[in-house]
Amino acid sequence: MKPHTLTVLVENKPGVLSRVTGLFSRRGFNIESLAVGTCEETGMSRITIVCIGDDAQIEQVMKQTHKLIDVIKVSDITENDRVERELALIKVTAEPGSSRAEIMQIASIFRAQIIDVGSRTVVLSVAGDTEKIDALEKLLRQYGVKELVRTGKIALLRGAKTVKSAK
Amino acid sequence: MKTGAKILIEGLQREGVETIFGYPGGVVLPIYDELYNSSLRHILVRHEQAAAHAADGFARASGRVGVCLATSGPGACNLVTGIATAYMDSVPIVALTGQVPTSLLGNDAFQESDITGITLPITKHNYLVKRTEDLGHIVREAFYISRTGRPGPVLIDLPKDVSTKEIEYEYPENEQVNLRGYQPTYRGHSRQIDKAVEMMMEAERPLFYVGGGVIASNASAELLRLAEMTGIPVTTTLMGIGAIPCDHPLNLGMLGMHGTRYANYAVTESDLLISVGVRFDDRVTGKLDTFAAQARIIHIDIDPAEIGKNKRVDVPIVGDSKTVLQEMRERIQKRKEYDRWLSLIRTWKEKYPMKYPRDGVLRPQFVIEQLSELLGGEGIIVSEVGQNQMWTAQYYCFRHPRTWITSGGLGTMGYGFPAAMGAHFARPDQVVFDIAGDGSFQMNIQELGTVSHYRIPVKVAILNNRFLGMVRQWQELFYDRRYSYTELPPVDFVKIANAYGIDGMRVEDCNDVRPALQAAIETDGPFIMDFRVEREENVFPMVPAGAAINEMIGGHTG
Repeated sequence: MKPHTLTVLVENKPGVLSRVTGLFSRRGFNIESLAVGTCEETGMSRITIVCIGDDAQIEQVMKQTHKLIDVIKVSDITENDRVERELALIKVTAEPGSSRAEIMQIASIFRAQIIDVGSRTVVLSVAGDTEKIDALEKLLRQYGVKELVRTGKIALLRGAKTVKSAK
Repeated sequence: MKTGAKILIEGLQREGVETIFGYPGGVVLPIYDELYNSSLRHILVRHEQAAAHAADGFARASGRVGVCLATSGPGACNLVTGIATAYMDSVPIVALTGQVPTSLLGNDAFQESDITGITLPITKHNYLVKRTEDLGHIVREAFYISRTGRPGPVLIDLPKDVSTKEIEYEYPENEQVNLRGYQPTYRGHSRQIDKAVEMMMEAERPLFYVGGGVIASNASAELLRLAEMTGIPVTTTLMGIGAIPCDHPLNLGMLGMHGTRYANYAVTESDLLISVGVRFDDRVTGKLDTFAAQARIIHIDIDPAEIGKNKRVDVPIVGDSKTVLQEMRERIQKRKEYDRWLSLIRTWKEKYPMKYPRDGVLRPQFVIEQLSELLGGEGIIVSEVGQNQMWTAQYYCFRHPRTWITSGGLGTMGYGFPAAMGAHFARPDQVVFDIAGDGSFQMNIQELGTVSHYRIPVKVAILNNRFLGMVRQWQELFYDRRYSYTELPPVDFVKIANAYGIDGMRVEDCNDVRPALQAAIETDGPFIMDFRVEREENVFPMVPAGAAINEMIGGHTG
């Protein structure tokens, strides 16, 4: 049982996301993370799903997903060489003074940007792989995380290969 | 200019539809108005569930797409059980539902229900049509998706304003449906087929295990040729009955929970299981790890998701059963003799035949056997669900595919009677019997109204034991005979039939069985037979839930 990163190319039509996610929940799969948006081709969307299961379970859920008429391609890119990113926005309590300076220092180490500064809070924007965001979140907890939102992971294969071209 | 309703009806006709089963209501008024002048025949059922089952029965008997129509909200919701039944058994139907006007969608309007949401898990695909301009191609796509690949139900939800709006529309004559996300594989992988054939030559105890996929792909003749050519015996699932004539020497009958002992023993002892159009359902396999534990497994199915779903497979072949079986046959060069295997099977057949007591008591098995003899295994036999279904599967001698129609996957009580109506419209040349229990029959008994209205010549043989028999059987065997809510009070079914203007006969004695069946066959219209059978008869042999399929109880004595 380990996390698998699945890329699902779908027709950009109303209800497609609920067809895909409905299938996952009905077949007993928990989605760890989900990201969806348009892609390089008009009329198509790309869903990136991270879910946990053994190889047989993942194979079954991929086959079932592929059966959906609006699904064009399903790939498990867990074993492929790939780049991955997730974006998080984090609102942290930052009283003027030393804690605010510390937070800004942490932000710069993580290459996070401060995108909003309030009288008692700052909002950080950070992109990276899941582990990096987890690490930053953990560090910021001590100052008080008031609100946090993550996009879910997105991923691309490295090099010239694409999920459409891959077998 | 054409209205959406007109485009819809024209689309149905272009798809070759002649008969639809439906029930009118508010938002489908424009469609019904169009039907009024159309050459399409519309059969008015008495409950929408029956419309879905009738479309399903039509599809199974004919191999063509069945169509049902209901209004929004309650009408659409009443189709749900019928759609789920068709989905579980991979039956091609197109369900048309009315919907509130697009301007009211999502507004909790009168008789609004989110039927595309509700049917998401029980349709192969569904559509909510938002623009009249899209309707024409959606109808074509729906039929295409429903009948191709692994067939299944498709639903089209039609808001009222989509039906009433007028647009310029010409039917696209030569346009192919092309969906990039839907490309079924029909041809099996060549090397895999070679491997399968090699295994057949290596095996000492091979066995065909065939199911509904063989019926759906019209592969029965091809299966028979291959079986006869190789001399490999065949066992069928409940859904595969009819793929091989019941009395064929290579046929072992049904396997699984209520299968024959010899079929289950053969699976257990086989060293090669050639699985065709099956899905290793729990009612077939019993305890999975002991199912065909000595066998290498070849699995042929058009749906890749079925391969390896429940059981690890040695040679997967994704493709259409008919095409793959044909290719296998073409590659077989010599005939291997499986004499020892066949003689072992013969010994089991002789030692453990299907039997029940012949003691002059009116038993349900006797009724079915009599019908089978009388019709010579011809005709179309539809069943309800429960004991009636299992006895029919065990004791009716089917000779042809698409003559046995039953709800296998979902196990829908109340399916048989309306499905039998549908089967009649598919095959008006055939006599159609619904083998029912008194419980199941009362689940869609209102359809007496429909068969009376149109004089649909469906013959209903009620095996009346005043119990919900299959549940009672489990209570007897596994719940210490505590018959919790399974006893039904007596009903005079003949009187009910008479009230609808339908003839019927009550039978209490073995000697009257044949004359009653004869009378049913000779009656032009519908006919109801109320067989007052032995109340606590059980379906045997039986594999208790969770046991290995060779650990059967009952059925070898008596």
